[in-house]
Amino acid sequence: MSKSAPETITMGTSGGGQWLAAPLRIALLIAAASVALWLVTAGASAYLTTLVAVMFINAALAVSLTFTNGMTGMFSLGHPAFMTIGAYVAAILTFPSRRKASMLPDLPEFIASLDLSLLPATVIAGLAGALVAFLVGLPVLRLRGHYLAVATLGLIVIVQGLALNWNGITRGGAGLSGIPRLSNIWWAFGFMVLTVAAVWRIKFSSLGRAMMATRENDLAAECTGIDTVRIRMLAFVIGAFFAAVAGALMAHLISVVTPRTYSIVLAFNLVVMIVIGGSGSIVGSVIAAFAITIVSELLRPVEESFGLYGMSQVIVALSLILVLYLRPRGLFGSDEPAFVKHYLNGKKRL
Amino acid sequence: MSQYLFQQLINGLALGSLYALVAIGFSMIYGIVRLINFAHGDLVMIGAFATLGMLFYGTPWPVTLLVVLLVGALAGATIQTVVFRPMLGAPQVTGFIASLAVSITIQNSALMLLSGQPRNFLFPEAMRQRVSLGGVSASLTDLVIIGLTLTLIAILFVIVYRTRLGRAMRATAENLMAARLMGIGVNRTILAAFAIGSALAAVAGLFWGGKFGQIDPLLGSVPGLKAFIACVIGGVGSIGGAMLGGYILGLAEVLFVGLLPQAYAGYRDTFVFSLLILILLIKPSGLFVRHVEERA
Repeated sequence: MSKSAPETITMGTSGGGQWLAAPLRIALLIAAASVALWLVTAGASAYLTTLVAVMFINAALAVSLTFTNGMTGMFSLGHPAFMTIGAYVAAILTFPSRRKASMLPDLPEFIASLDLSLLPATVIAGLAGALVAFLVGLPVLRLRGHYLAVATLGLIVIVQGLALNWNGITRGGAGLSGIPRLSNIWWAFGFMVLTVAAVWRIKFSSLGRAMMATRENDLAAECTGIDTVRIRMLAFVIGAFFAAVAGALMAHLISVVTPRTYSIVLAFNLVVMIVIGGSGSIVGSVIAAFAITIVSELLRPVEESFGLYGMSQVIVALSLILVLYLRPRGLFGSDEPAFVKHYLNGKKRL
Repeated sequence: MSQYLFQQLINGLALGSLYALVAIGFSMIYGIVRLINFAHGDLVMIGAFATLGMLFYGTPWPVTLLVVLLVGALAGATIQTVVFRPMLGAPQVTGFIASLAVSITIQNSALMLLSGQPRNFLFPEAMRQRVSLGGVSASLTDLVIIGLTLTLIAILFVIVYRTRLGRAMRATAENLMAARLMGIGVNRTILAAFAIGSALAAVAGLFWGGKFGQIDPLLGSVPGLKAFIACVIGGVGSIGGAMLGGYILGLAEVLFVGLLPQAYAGYRDTFVFSLLILILLIKPSGLFVRHVEERA
């Protein structure tokens, strides 16, 4: 994948002949999407609404993983671990305190008496995920070579083991159920927009360029004065923050989390999304996440009626190998499609 | 030595033998093509089900062992030819992703064909008895596993250090381009490394089923990951290191469960993977490899 770094783009410069300033164009885009979403979900069934919300969260997950893996050239598979952490932390914080006393007897008193609303709980969940990522990154990220891949897979097993065995806090294998449904499609949509905006801003900043330089050649990047260990750590920790928030929102959307809800298979599916979208491409990840969520949902009844459980995973895996053969750059490579950049940044079409 | 401690040691060595068999192949493949092969653990599963199939037809054990070696080698060679050979020279990450895809494909195909229902097989009655060794006793199964593993590893060392093929492998691991320029058939050498490594993993599958009695399509994923940890302990890319790492990991895991109170038993895998992160913190190049300076 010989990716050339995308050309630098200054945000917010509205050149002559632009019909609206860049911030307004972005606002217009979000407003249009919101109206479309409102129209679509107004009469939709609860099933469809939840599916669309899950699709948004998947897109945010894919974007945050492409931030860590695609833009910085690491290979983390830790998203399910961070999601599990986020889901448990947030669920424990928002759970009604009168039920916490009986269900989770080992909680410290000050947590057991808390009744937080969704927003602070999600932020704390995100920070918890980021903290764990920092602790794991400390030994792993200073190493050359791809230890991170296996260390993060190991992290999934560690987190799963803790969630399974720490009965007084996590209720073991039964997991937490009856989590208040505080999240909804608008939370998911807002979270996706926020993730895309944050990652977009970082990508086209000096930090983003340092990340991509680290990816292309870390030795050369260090020679130009980039602290590659710090850059990798930032990318890993920020990615983990978004993953943990996603886990928290997902738990409050489907109202249940168990130690095995987010497994290695999810990490694999996220990797498929970012490879198909183009490793490092934000728009590509969003499109691929939407497409794969929909396709696997469509395949589910087929799988069930033939009793061939696992078929859709095989299809996804084989199509990934095909993509790696035929178009290893994915849809957009590491870049964003020209028309999107044109719209958002006001640059002339290339 | 008390019987309890001795039993734990034998258990640890038997488990360590399984890890060593998987880790050696993992390490050979990484050493030659710098590929973290996430699908390597699934060869264990393939070996276990191959054994189950042979037993169904009443094949005698020595023949089964040979057939399982062959099946593993064939499966590894096929995966290498179909998936990894076209990607030789692509960035490292492409290989990881492809191997993840292979692993998911193998696991889910097995789920579809064989169903997730666990199956049982055991070594014959004669092998399940205990033998006494001067005051202490051990199960024959464990002793056979340890003995056969050491034999296989000895054969492997002869191949790697005493034959032309082995020399070609070591040269390719040292520097693929230079090896090619010296006239070594690099593709054939890589194929051989995959075949040998996968055969060993498949035998680990036979032992796994014989020791624990139960196999299922997802059996391979955790041993695959632990094999990597064994490699890290011994130093990634070194065959002797992978073997020692496997034994250290097996002993550590069994002693963790055996010597601590029962309440901690559930944290077994958590402990093992925390060990990985600890070793990466303290001695990332592995316990048995001198530090190698990175060059541009």
